[in-house]
Amino acid sequence: MLAKRIIPCLDIKNGQTVKGVKFVEIKEVGDPVELGALYAEQGADELVFLDITATHEGRKTFVDLVKRIAQNINIPFTVGGGISELSDADALLNAGADKISVNSSAVRNPQLINDLAQNFGSQFVVAAIDAKHQQGNDWVVTVNGGRIPTDKLLFPWAKECEERGAGEILFTSMDHDGVKQGFANEALAKMSNLLSIPIIASGGAGAMEHFKDVFTHGKADAGLAASIFHFKEIPIPELKAYLNKEGIPMRL
Amino acid sequence: MVEKMDDSSDSGLRTPDTQNIVIIKYNAGNIRSVTNALVRLGYEAEVTADPKKIKEADKVIFPGVGEASTTMAFLRNTGLDEVIINLKQPVLGICLGMQLMCSFSEEGSVDCLGIFDEQVKKFQLPETNLQNIKIPHMGWNKITNVKAPLFDSSLEGEYVYFVHSYYVAMGEHTVTTTNYIHPYSSSLQRDNFYATQFHPEKSGEVGERILANFLKL
Repeated sequence: MLAKRIIPCLDIKNGQTVKGVKFVEIKEVGDPVELGALYAEQGADELVFLDITATHEGRKTFVDLVKRIAQNINIPFTVGGGISELSDADALLNAGADKISVNSSAVRNPQLINDLAQNFGSQFVVAAIDAKHQQGNDWVVTVNGGRIPTDKLLFPWAKECEERGAGEILFTSMDHDGVKQGFANEALAKMSNLLSIPIIASGGAGAMEHFKDVFTHGKADAGLAASIFHFKEIPIPELKAYLNKEGIPMRL
Repeated sequence: MVEKMDDSSDSGLRTPDTQNIVIIKYNAGNIRSVTNALVRLGYEAEVTADPKKIKEADKVIFPGVGEASTTMAFLRNTGLDEVIINLKQPVLGICLGMQLMCSFSEEGSVDCLGIFDEQVKKFQLPETNLQNIKIPHMGWNKITNVKAPLFDSSLEGEYVYFVHSYYVAMGEHTVTTTNYIHPYSSSLQRDNFYATQFHPEKSGEVGERILANFLKL
């Protein structure tokens, strides 16, 4: 049986791991390669590295970092942040990335997803979507780290990403992110029923039970978190042992 | 690369760490991850499309991520199809590499290399998909009924990493079985040809053990 995946996410700025609490406060939590290797050893099923550096210099540092990650880490990893054209993705593929994630750039230019999928295959393309819950039942897609709402709604946009060739959706609820009260399970389950590609749930992990809920009620294929792992609040081996005991298929 | 290694003309006398490993270069996907995995195991490999180098290698790895029909067209145009079919040394096909070693793929409806007399079919979702099964089959799943020499008994039931939408049914060449929607061949072997649907180069320590077994052949 296919195991549910536990994915630590490392935000990278100038080659260092950071995690913004609600994307505002930022605190360094270590060397990405070292931290990634440690997580891999502890049983992380995949890793995500998001470059939040905006500068050209930082970009070059990030590509070099991806090379080091690929040399040292023996599990799959996704890299994201600042990918707005094919050449960005090509540089990361050549550096050894297994997948890339696109977010704001795909909202602005949806054709990017088609182009990436056609050139590199759907398995290489993760569509990352940040969304906020609005009055009524709608979720609105946001860009620039949740700061700017767009005219796109979550579910039609997720479906469009799939149709354009995305191989996976990484959905972050901006209402749940950093709050540590659990994932957006209702929206996740709705998305899972609507789409036939895997869904990575992000935003809201604060306790081991939250992961159980996201895999059962939220019907997610993978659960992603950052600070609870970086600050050692929930050790990965303990989390996976707990989920296994609760009947969630886990790679142990 | 040096044509002949020092005084030994018999490749069988080479120590494992000096063996000549070639990764077939073609228009498909992330080949660097295979090279990186070999380096972590202490081996060096040359990535090449040169038929002479491929024929002379001690071990050949045929990786691949991509689309079957365009990749087959590339192999035919470059003559690599005949080179691969006629190899006598241990060959390891990975993911698309394994599918291309079969006789036919539904992906682009294309005749493939025919090393394994098997067809590659697209996964179909069950009619009532209560468990929200997804395609592609992406993530970690178990290998069972493992068969030597590529798989030693310690690998029975271990998890490895998959990303694929097409599969090979169970058959006489099956050397590992994986269950996704239904049981299928997650590895094949016939004579010197070995193939895995999963990515050993991305399957953590378990994958490294499988690659090490291949390099010991």
